[in-house]
Amino acid sequence: MKLTLKIWRQKNAKAEGKIVEYPLDGIDEDMSFLEMLDVLNEGLINSGDLPVSFDHDCREGICGSCSLYINGEAHGPDRKVPTCQLHMRMFKDGDTIFIEPFRAKAFPVIKDLVVDRSSFDRIQQAGGFVSINTSGNPTDANAILVPKHDADKAFDAATCIGCGACVASCKNSSAMLFVAAKVSQYALLPQGKVEATDRVLNMVAQMDAEGFGNCTNTGACEVECPKGISLEYIAQMNREYLSASLKG
Amino acid sequence: MAKSALLKSSIAKKVAMALSGLFLILFLAQHFFINSTSVFSADVFNSISHFMGNNPLVQFVIQPILILGVIFHFIMGIVLEYQNNKARPINYVKNNGAANSSWASRNMIITGLVVLAFMGLHFYDFWVPEMVYKYVEVNPLDETRYFAELTHKFESPVRTAIYSVSFVLLSLHLWHGFNSSFQSVGFNNKYSRSLHTLGYAFAIVVPVGFIFIALFHHFNH
Ligand code: HEM
Ligand code: SF4
Ligand code: FES
Repeated sequence: MKLTLKIWRQKNAKAEGKIVEYPLDGIDEDMSFLEMLDVLNEGLINSGDLPVSFDHDCREGICGSCSLYINGEAHGPDRKVPTCQLHMRMFKDGDTIFIEPFRAKAFPVIKDLVVDRSSFDRIQQAGGFVSINTSGNPTDANAILVPKHDADKAFDAATCIGCGACVASCKNSSAMLFVAAKVSQYALLPQGKVEATDRVLNMVAQMDAEGFGNCTNTGACEVECPKGISLEYIAQMNREYLSASLKG
Repeated sequence: MAKSALLKSSIAKKVAMALSGLFLILFLAQHFFINSTSVFSADVFNSISHFMGNNPLVQFVIQPILILGVIFHFIMGIVLEYQNNKARPINYVKNNGAANSSWASRNMIITGLVVLAFMGLHFYDFWVPEMVYKYVEVNPLDETRYFAELTHKFESPVRTAIYSVSFVLLSLHLWHGFNSSFQSVGFNNKYSRSLHTLGYAFAIVVPVGFIFIALFHHFNH
C-alpha cells in the first residue's frame, strides 16, 4: 500500500504545532495501524529526523494508552476497537490519512500525538473506588449476593479502558461517558452503594473542574467508544446525580 | 457542597435545559392544537383564542411563566454553547462528525437561534399587536376578531415563506431535542424505543402541521 500521511507535529506542550505530510510506501494491509507508524518512524530515524511520538502500551486493546484521531474519528474508522487494534485493511492503496492528537482543553498536547490524560486520573481519585475493611477480618466478596443482571451491567461499565475517545469525539469535549461508566460500575453493586452519594457528586465536580464540556446527547461517544459503553450509563449517572444532590 | 453543585454543575444545567425544553414542547403542542382549529372552523378558533386571550390564569400566570421559560431556555442554550466551545480551544484539522452523530444533534445552537429569530417576528406579528389592542388602547372585547387577524397575516407570501422555513428548523431542533431531553433527565430504559418513535413523529407532525396551516390560509384567503 502507498499512503500519504498528514500528521500533527508539535515539539512540546508550549510550541505551536502543524500538520506535516509524509509519503509512505510498502505498507501491508495486515499490519496494525501502530505498526504502520512504526515503519514510518524507522524511516524517520534512519534519515536523522525525530520520530513521531504517540501513546501505546499493551497493543491488545486493554490498557487504554493508545489514542489518535484518525481521518476525523477517534480510534479511526473501525468500530469497537482502539487504535492499536485498527488494521490497515480498513484503508485503501493511495489513501490520505490525517492523524491528530485527541483534542480537549482537559487533554493538553505534550508532544506530537501524545496528550496528557491525567484529568481522568483525578476524576477517578475523586471517587472511583470502594473503601474496604482491611483490619484482618474482611468479608469474603463471594458472601455478598449480587443479582446476575446487576453484575452483568456493572461488568459492562467496568470494561471502560479510560482511553478518552469519548471526550475526543464529543463536539463539546464532554467526559460524561467515561465518568458515567466509572460511576455506574460501582453504583450497581452492593459494595459500591455505601459511598454512592459522595462518589457521584465528587466525580462530577472534578469532571467540571477539569474543564470538560457539557453533554448534548449527540451520542458520538457511544459510537466511537472502543468498548461499546452505552449512553444508558449516562442516563443512570444523571439519575444518580439528581438523587444524590437532593439527599446530599 | 451539594446545594451549589445542584445549581452549577454541568448535569444540573442539562437537566434545567431539558425541563425547559419539555415545557416548551407542551406549549407547542397546545399552540398547535388551537391553530389547527382555524383550518376547520373560524368560530371555534375565535372562541378558543378569546378564552386564551382573556382568561386571567392564562394571561397573568401561564403567559409570564412561558415567556420566562423561553428566555431561560435560550440563555442557557447560549451559555452551554459558549462553555462547550471553550472546552476545545484547538479544533481538529479533519473532523468527521457525520460518522457518529446526527446533524440536528450537532447544530442545536443554529436551529435554536433561527427559532429564536422566528419567535421575534412572531411576537411582533401577533403578541405585540394583541398587547397594544388589549392593554394600551384598551379596546372593547371582540370575540370574533382573531380569525380575520390570522388570515390577514398570511396574505403576505414573504411572511408565509419565512414561517415555513422556520418550522423546518424547529423540526430539526425537536428531532434531536425531544428525545435528548428524556436522556438528560435520566430516562433511558425499555420504553425509550417507543418514546423515540413518538419524539420523531412529534418533530415531524407538529412543524409540518404548522406549515400546512400557514399555507392553507395563504391560499384560501
Ligand atoms: C419552541 C421553541 C423551542 C423548543 C420546543 C425547544 C426544545 C428543546 C429541547 C427539548 C431541547 C433538548 C434539551 C436536552 O437535550 O436536554 C433543546 C435543546 C436546546 N435548545 Fe431548544 N427549544 C426551543 C427553542 C430554542 C431557542 C429559541 C434556542 C435559542 C438559542 C434554543 C437553543 C437550544 C440549544 C442550544 C439546545 C441544546 C443544549 C445542549 O444540550 O447543548 N432552543 N431545545
Ligand atoms: S467510555 Fe469508552 S471511549 Fe470513553 S474512556 Fe471509556 S472506553 Fe474510552
Ligand atoms: S495500546 Fe493498550 S489499548 Fe491500545
